[in-house]
Amino acid sequence: MTKDDLRNVRGDHRILCDFVTPGARVLDIGCGKGELLELLIKTRNVDGRGFDTSQKGVNEAVARGLSVVQGDADNDLSAYPDDAFDYAILSHTLQATMDPKQVLEQLLRIGKKVVVSFPNFGHWRNRIQLLTKGRMPVTDYLPYQWYDTPNIHFCTIRDFVELSEEVHARVIKAEALDAKGRRIAFNAPWWVWNLIGDQAVFLLERKN
Amino acid sequence: MTETASAKPEETPKISPSTQASVAAEQMDMPASKLMRFGPDNPLRLDEGTEIAPWQIAYETYGELNADKTNAILVCHALTGDQYAASENPVTGKPGWWSVMVGPGRPVDTDKYFVICANVLGGCLGTTGPASTNPETNEVYGLDLPVVTIGDMVRSQAKLVEALGIDTLFAVVGGSMGGMQVLQWASAYPDKVFAAVPIATGPRHSSQNIAFHEVGRQAVMADPDWCHGQYAKYGKRPTKGLSVARMAAHITYMSDESLHSKFGRNLQDRSAITFGFDADFQIESYLRHQGMTFVDRFDANSYLYVTRAMDYFDLAAAHGGKLANAFLHTKTRFCVMSFTTDWLFPTSESKDVVRALNAAGANVSFVEIESSRGHDAFLLDEAELLKTMRGFLTGASRARGIPAPGDGNEPQR
Repeated sequence: MTKDDLRNVRGDHRILCDFVTPGARVLDIGCGKGELLELLIKTRNVDGRGFDTSQKGVNEAVARGLSVVQGDADNDLSAYPDDAFDYAILSHTLQATMDPKQVLEQLLRIGKKVVVSFPNFGHWRNRIQLLTKGRMPVTDYLPYQWYDTPNIHFCTIRDFVELSEEVHARVIKAEALDAKGRRIAFNAPWWVWNLIGDQAVFLLERKN
Repeated sequence: MTETASAKPEETPKISPSTQASVAAEQMDMPASKLMRFGPDNPLRLDEGTEIAPWQIAYETYGELNADKTNAILVCHALTGDQYAASENPVTGKPGWWSVMVGPGRPVDTDKYFVICANVLGGCLGTTGPASTNPETNEVYGLDLPVVTIGDMVRSQAKLVEALGIDTLFAVVGGSMGGMQVLQWASAYPDKVFAAVPIATGPRHSSQNIAFHEVGRQAVMADPDWCHGQYAKYGKRPTKGLSVARMAAHITYMSDESLHSKFGRNLQDRSAITFGFDADFQIESYLRHQGMTFVDRFDANSYLYVTRAMDYFDLAAAHGGKLANAFLHTKTRFCVMSFTTDWLFPTSESKDVVRALNAAGANVSFVEIESSRGHDAFLLDEAELLKTMRGFLTGASRARGIPAPGDGNEPQR
């Protein structure tokens, strides 16, 4: 994959790739048609598997030679054994699960490390929309109306940090991304990232 | 399985039915296909606890084996299938039962792969079965042949593969009973199967499916011409019973939706019901036709044996009740497929397999294909089925380092 190819890659995907060590065993939960999986295979030479609720997406991914199964994160992750993967990845999927806490616990069980990316509901634009218009925010990253959104469990960066604490996960690394999907390249307290980060990517592991 | 599920009765076969039956009988010991014989020194161990020897396995091959012998695909046929996956069946004169899947430029591409398809143990087209001659008596085995299992079928295929000098199969693929063989292969010979594609199948035969098979067997055995399995001795054939068995089974291969859209309540060659028991409805006429043509190509005792083999299949039970144990530490890549309207092997059965494979840490893909054609969909020209097979085999070929169907050069067909 050339630099030009990488330029078209979604921001959180680029960072996700950086978080994953080459040759690792990876499960991508909510893999869609397998774009991230393909990227990880090409750039990181991973042994990659996928998992998605949409049968259509899965069929397309399998037809492209990827190893993907249809299933849903809330119910089917329990089939995987402990430490089955080096990385369990949840890219922009956490907020669409029925029980995010339980899903995160499952991820920490089946993955030695866990990578989670999610849209930050605490971004200042969302806050302003809610504050000034009194309506649920609709932005480029969160394009749905409240009644048709698949994103049923929004959280902010600070909420996620707290959830990680609660499920006994240690944050190894975290990155906030701006509206263009670029890394926010300075260190700041969580409350700053929570305000200016459009989305975030976390690398977690179980606390022992 | 049926070769086609067309609404109209199939075209008149090239060979007349009575001739067909005698051609079929000839095929039992001396098939028109390739044949591997195993002598008294090379017996086949059976799950029942006995051995048979000498025995033979009839098979067909397509394409060429590469120098490294790494491009062999074993195609496993379903209940009443045969070794003629991609070439004309000498009994019926019809094209191979999986010509849509196997052939030059097809997903199981014979320009790239060496494809082997063998008649199953207990079958009736050249592999040792109840219609074969028992070497000890020089008469037809009949019910003297031990009952065989899916495990036995696979063990016989493994001996064939070994005899062909192939150490590892690139892939084992098949639907329905063929899919059971695929699962058995992957479980019994994990190091000899690089990729496995079980389609429209399950890890065990369900109670409902055993029930349908029992109805079929009872129909055969209730026919006075069955003669307690010794019909060959008396020059008879239980065609009535076998035909009813096939009719009942055929219903399970189709969906309510496909029956309704093909036949509805349409009448057969008449404008009104006749207040009698003639085939008033198209569906009746269609089923009768299916039953009648089946008996010309299939042996009744063989039908008892192959249905029994499916009934006895229970992969989890053979592994301490836990299906995942059947696949522990497997390196095989799996692609499991099911069809939305298949009620014989519903998606839930495939999902059981997928869950077990995940639990075993296996590399697995799973696709449920939208189709209205019920169980038979796996034999038909279903675009998504063909696309998935091509994609999966292409990915697996790259991992194996052999040319793949997706690698250009081949003509677009």
